[in-house]
Amino acid sequence: METKYNDIIFKEKVVSLFEQNRAQIGANDTTRMSKERDVAFKQFKKVGFPNKKMEAWRNTNLKDVFAYNYNIQFSPADEKPELIEAFQCNIHNFDTQTITLYNGWYLSEDKHLITLPNGTIIGSLAQAIKEYPELVQKHYNKYTNIEENGLIALNTAFSQDGIFIYVPDNVKTYKTIQMVNILDKEDNLFIQNRNLIIVGKNAKLTILHCDDSYNYSRSFTNTVTEVFIDEGAEVDHYKLQNLNDNSTLINTTYFHQELQSKLTTNSITLNGGLIRNKINVVLNGEGGEANVFGVYLVDKEQHIDSQVFVDHAKANCNSDELFKGIIDDNATAVFNGHILVRKDSQHTNASQTNRNVQLTDKATVYTKPFLEIYADDVKCNHGATIGQLDEEALFYIKSRGIGDYDARLLLLYAFAAEVINKISIATLRESIDDLVKKRLRGELAICDQCVLQCKDQENTYEFKIDISKI
Amino acid sequence: MKEEEQNNILNEVTQGDYKFGFVTDIDMDMAPKGLNEDIIRYISKKKNEPDFMLEYRLRAYRKWLTMQEPDWAHLKIPPIDYQDIIYYAAPKKKKELSSLDEVDPELLDTFNKLGISLEEQKLLSGVAVDAVFDSVSVKTTFSETLEKHGIIFCSFSEAVQNHPDLVKKYVGSVVPYGDNYFAALNSAVFSDGSFCYIPKGVRCPVELSTYFRINTAGTGQFERTLIIADEGSYVSYLEGCTAPQRDENQLHAAVVEIVALKDAEVKYSTVQNWYPGDKNGKGGIFNFVTKRGMCKGSHSKISWTQVETGSAVTWKYPGCILLGDNSIGEFYSVAVTNNHQQADTGSKMIHIGKNTKSTIISKGISAGFSNNSYRGLVKISKRAENSRNYSQCDSLLLGDKCGAHTFPYINTANSSSIVEHEATTSKISEDQLFYCQQRGIDTENAIGLIVNGYAKEVLKQLPMEFAVEAQKLLSISLEGSVG
Repeated sequence: METKYNDIIFKEKVVSLFEQNRAQIGANDTTRMSKERDVAFKQFKKVGFPNKKMEAWRNTNLKDVFAYNYNIQFSPADEKPELIEAFQCNIHNFDTQTITLYNGWYLSEDKHLITLPNGTIIGSLAQAIKEYPELVQKHYNKYTNIEENGLIALNTAFSQDGIFIYVPDNVKTYKTIQMVNILDKEDNLFIQNRNLIIVGKNAKLTILHCDDSYNYSRSFTNTVTEVFIDEGAEVDHYKLQNLNDNSTLINTTYFHQELQSKLTTNSITLNGGLIRNKINVVLNGEGGEANVFGVYLVDKEQHIDSQVFVDHAKANCNSDELFKGIIDDNATAVFNGHILVRKDSQHTNASQTNRNVQLTDKATVYTKPFLEIYADDVKCNHGATIGQLDEEALFYIKSRGIGDYDARLLLLYAFAAEVINKISIATLRESIDDLVKKRLRGELAICDQCVLQCKDQENTYEFKIDISKI
Repeated sequence: MKEEEQNNILNEVTQGDYKFGFVTDIDMDMAPKGLNEDIIRYISKKKNEPDFMLEYRLRAYRKWLTMQEPDWAHLKIPPIDYQDIIYYAAPKKKKELSSLDEVDPELLDTFNKLGISLEEQKLLSGVAVDAVFDSVSVKTTFSETLEKHGIIFCSFSEAVQNHPDLVKKYVGSVVPYGDNYFAALNSAVFSDGSFCYIPKGVRCPVELSTYFRINTAGTGQFERTLIIADEGSYVSYLEGCTAPQRDENQLHAAVVEIVALKDAEVKYSTVQNWYPGDKNGKGGIFNFVTKRGMCKGSHSKISWTQVETGSAVTWKYPGCILLGDNSIGEFYSVAVTNNHQQADTGSKMIHIGKNTKSTIISKGISAGFSNNSYRGLVKISKRAENSRNYSQCDSLLLGDKCGAHTFPYINTANSSSIVEHEATTSKISEDQLFYCQQRGIDTENAIGLIVNGYAKEVLKQLPMEFAVEAQKLLSISLEGSVG
């Protein structure tokens, strides 16, 4: 019975920690932020952590997560890790501007906020609050909903640092910005990051967001990211997750899209203990386009939960969702899609697809593609499948002299490739393609380092199959 | 369809209001308003029930007291005062009837207005009708034919008297009294319903049918239906509903249980056309129904077909528990909501046996200010190897004030099963409309035609007599929603 109440115990701990460290947590706050922090804290105190009784959490149980004790760091660590070198994730031929969060704190050699020649500002959110309070205040906490669940409220109450990106109007950043989140601490860590990304009118931004762990320590990360996409702007967002099996990651991203803006987000989950990706997209201007894609490869005892909410608040918007997953061993995959077409959001085109390949009897898949529609001149569809590899396709490949194991790999790879092929940056696509192939071989699971710094970047990975036979 | 018939439908359509709204004045034998253990004892005593039945009711009632009204459905339900309902009303006991002539002429007239004259049914369509008039069965026809085959088809209370063993064995075996709030309520206070038993290897020669009517203001209707298909038997069961026009909301919480043993097949068809409330959403029936079938034996099959056009609020999820290996569950549904109607309906398919198969075809049509939701669960357990499910739920929106929602839950726990789910939501295609119009079919008729075509996949599952009625109902229900 004791474990049942672990979340209550942890809640009490968190509450008292907040009260004790209130001054330090809110040291940089503006008046409004401070007020919101208190409101959020009150909300968290009221609702606590999400539990299985809540509809959105019925298939993701945090009970086991709370069975462990976690620590919170209220100030950045003193030691400067040498990791920064290792994590200059150099994808072959891929020029990126890297910014790093180390155990939840912004990590840099010198400045905490950099202004690029084209006016783009990137760096630490804590620093941005100091230097550009008005800009931050205009968007900070505007797109979240602390009533969604206790974790959002908790993040708003606790957030101290995170990544800040501002792209001014009409600026197109061709260089991909890479956000790397590294966890490396011997004690169990509870981290609450808050990221804010503002993309001005007609601007363009490509972000690669990596979550990696550096050791096998337990961790609990609760990240909230707000992305504001102004009129005519375009955002390409890639999320790459490769964490150790002891990590818990609750990732909530709010995309707010204005008139004629375009968003493509692609979540690639390769490894992790318990991962929950909640993606909220609000299409708040006509002519908006949102493409939400994801692929997850889970095995062992892993748990992946993909929650996508697309809110068609205005007419004439398009949204497309495609999530594919391969579930092996005792893993669990959850997909909850929700498309809301509000009254008068006419001429909406929305589609939602979730496909799963379940490889073992011990794996479990829960999928719930949900449509809520209040306008009539719309085209909405959703589809969900759970199945296995096509026996006939398998037979065909085997009849060409390819072994069972390779044939299966090839089909699994082809299954995942549908999502991977949607990545528009060629070098990134190739690199992720490689990672997926390696992951299917099982090699990534034993790779305890950041996926992107594997030394053999020069040699792209190929199946040992003579393709010409097919 | 003949031109004349189409014109008739059009006429009916343009007239508009609820056709079957009238009240029959028959003396009623009523329990006082409210619900407590005494009322349950009163009902049980009134029906002269054996002890096990009373025990069952009381257990259900005690469970019900501990439960809460479900609020997860996508419905807005005004609070229901369960103490303000009369839980038992029976037409005054008449002496035993031997022919139709002895039936209350007023009652017969009611049936005639509904177009289900017992005589007509008896003579022409070969359907045995067990007409439930406010909870107590009035007349059963064709019992001779059925008797010959050993089929038991009677009211539930008769079954309790004459076949207590069967009732005791199966009642609550598919829908336990603690299953949900409304099932518990029904188990405590159910007034009457139908009971059907098909013996081993018998193929029921006629389609069994019951017409339920809700009458007398303020009477909640709590039907209980139990169908048992023994090994190798087959039965097609029809249920149809119409109710008089009322201002007061009426509560209806029914339970239907089907048990299909080895190699048995049950086909259950419903046309539901209860009073949906007026154009402003006033009045109408609250329909909270628990329907479930259990494919207990191997190679058994249960098929649900429903056409839902009535009720202010519908909360109904006919489902199948596929326990036997190689068993099959099917669900075909057309749900139409107009004006301020709300429907949250769908199906549950629980795969437990090996090689079990299920199909769900659901067509929702919403118009006016209505909300129409599909909510379904497909669950494949670890044991259910090689199981297969295909679900398709489409929604059609007519008008920009209505809503159509889909909540499909899919869970699988083994690697040899395949589950597919597809859904689309759209409005009537302009191209199709244009095509009809340029062939000289006016808009309203064209929409009727397209909607009927859209629902065809489900309608064709209905027995002949129902299919005609259902088509008319679709057109009537959508009257005034197009412009």
